[in-house]
Amino acid sequence: MAKVNVLSEYCKSCGLCIAACPKKILAVGDKSNKKGYFTIICEDQEKCIGCALCATVCPDVAIEVYK
Amino acid sequence: MEKIFGRSKGLTDVPFSFCPGCTHGTIMRLIAEVLEELEIIDNTIGVSPVGCAGFSQDFFSCDFVGAAHGRAQAVGIGIKRALPDRMIFTYQGDGDIAAIGTQHAIHAAARGEKITSIMVNNAIFGMTGGQMAPTTLEGMKTTTSPYGRDIETTGFPIDLPRLVANLPGAVYVAAVSVDSPKNINQAKKAIKKAFQVQMAGLGFAFVSVLSTCPTNWGISPVDSLQWLRENMMPVYQMGELKVTEEVKSL
Amino acid sequence: MEKILLKGNEIIGEAAIRSGCKLFFGYPITPSTEVVEYLSKHLPKSGGTVLQAEDEIGAINMCYGAACTGARVMTASSSPGVSLKQEGISYSAAVGLPMVIVNVNRCGPGLGGLGPAQSDYFQSTRGGGHGDYRTIVLAPSKAQELYDYTMLAFDLADKHRNPVLLLTDGFLGQTMEPIVLKERPEPPVTDRSWVVDGAKGREKRILASYSLTNEIGEVNNLGWEAKYKHIQETEQRWEEFHTEDAEYLIVSYGTTGRIAKSTVLNARKKGIKLGLIRPITLWPFPDQAFAPFKDKIKGIVTVELNTGQMIEDVKLAVECKMPVHLFRRQGGMLPTENEILEYFENTFLSEEV
Repeated sequence: MAKVNVLSEYCKSCGLCIAACPKKILAVGDKSNKKGYFTIICEDQEKCIGCALCATVCPDVAIEVYK
Repeated sequence: MEKIFGRSKGLTDVPFSFCPGCTHGTIMRLIAEVLEELEIIDNTIGVSPVGCAGFSQDFFSCDFVGAAHGRAQAVGIGIKRALPDRMIFTYQGDGDIAAIGTQHAIHAAARGEKITSIMVNNAIFGMTGGQMAPTTLEGMKTTTSPYGRDIETTGFPIDLPRLVANLPGAVYVAAVSVDSPKNINQAKKAIKKAFQVQMAGLGFAFVSVLSTCPTNWGISPVDSLQWLRENMMPVYQMGELKVTEEVKSL
Repeated sequence: MEKILLKGNEIIGEAAIRSGCKLFFGYPITPSTEVVEYLSKHLPKSGGTVLQAEDEIGAINMCYGAACTGARVMTASSSPGVSLKQEGISYSAAVGLPMVIVNVNRCGPGLGGLGPAQSDYFQSTRGGGHGDYRTIVLAPSKAQELYDYTMLAFDLADKHRNPVLLLTDGFLGQTMEPIVLKERPEPPVTDRSWVVDGAKGREKRILASYSLTNEIGEVNNLGWEAKYKHIQETEQRWEEFHTEDAEYLIVSYGTTGRIAKSTVLNARKKGIKLGLIRPITLWPFPDQAFAPFKDKIKGIVTVELNTGQMIEDVKLAVECKMPVHLFRRQGGMLPTENEILEYFENTFLSEEV
């Protein structure tokens, strides 16, 4: 059991997490934050393995990982 | 479930003001985590420069002093000499520390000043809109080298960590990168070591971190990481350039 | 009270130590070098730190850093070196940092020479660096004042959270004179709630001068303006010499202010009613000193070691209600008291005779 939580007000949708995720479960969502970025969402939490690579590469410290 | 990754106490709640994909934020996260892990947040004073790195003063939860362009180390040294038991670090871009402020970098190392300096090298002046820096690569196009940096007329990229490592007062010098999870973790180890060196009062500690500037490089954040790997890493000597015996035994 | 014989520059060093100065950052330059030399020898004895920096820019920025911690800090240099320091002085003024900067003025422009000059008056009193700021400027005219004003400089710096400049010259700096080591009055209790020393048990603090928006920028500038206005209203200092019945005035500060006293005495021997106003603070310029004389003085001579800089402030102070003339020597030359008197007589008395 693992979970990623995107702190959407910090997210700038740069896409580094999408590229880093080994399970390819992150994607650009269709909701924008206050700054106007369409922030990242996890499309399939069930598949998350809690490796935290997404959070490691996130330059805006916008991802929390639970395991 | 337990939170295994989140925002460090070393950071404030303020979102970074950098462009999307800029790895300044990654480096700041690493520093903040190191401050928290070493339990020195409330005993540390950071010095911010001029340039994109200058925003750092708002993002860390420790005290901060804003310096003039290039002067962060001189300012940090002044603080350290006044309060020797506080941890002082400077967070500076390559344009700040390797151009207008080079003299302070050289002499901080020569005198073995007991401070920690982090240089963020993205081979360009970011804040002013992408001008040539002393670290700009040969042939690299910037707004002031629109035809590509010409070595004949503008000289060679300066590898500051190598220069600094030659000076006896510098006891720990590392050149790292934040282009991949593995390298990010390596970078954190180097940054942590650079603070531990100061806590032990051993001498000048310097970490150069290769970083991206997607906006001014004109490529996507993901491609910027690849560009950094292919173009910057071969030019700049990477790894721990200097680790004195005392530092090894930490 | 203890009386000692010291060189002018050394007196500044001794006064700094006795003022509780804990850190000195400097770089050697003639004719100010004895300040850093004296402190290198004596400041560590009282637990202080002296660091010879890589350059003047490094030295002033180290002062900036140390001042952020609330410590008493000083640097000293001479004209070309003080030019290099201007960046750091501007930043220090912007952040509101107390520090003492000594300028042992040498003549310029360029490398110039080592002789006494007052060529840095404009630089000292108009802020010197970029941006609209002011530093308090104190101008001693003799050894004892080097001592007293150095102490005053530290107090004023703390009181107003502002850099204070001690403007002297190579003549004062190199001359040996006896001074009385007066008892140091308790320094004023000052607010330290702004200092940066680690956010232990309190909110983090930032000392920086970047204004993100124009609105913030204007608020900052209005704040500095109010501070400078307050300093102008409360800190003007000057000495008057035989002004009570004066028909004419000499205005001069520093070394020439001292020489001009002899001019006044010689004039009095000849029955000429000449007085002297010697500005002690060059900024704020003591225009309050001129208020009683505006309507009764026939003319003024400023005596300066430059092409005429302070004369502008004098003209403003008297609202151009009387002729104001300049007698100057330059390039390191000093006038004699009789040269000044002769100029005065030729300027103001020849047509009357």
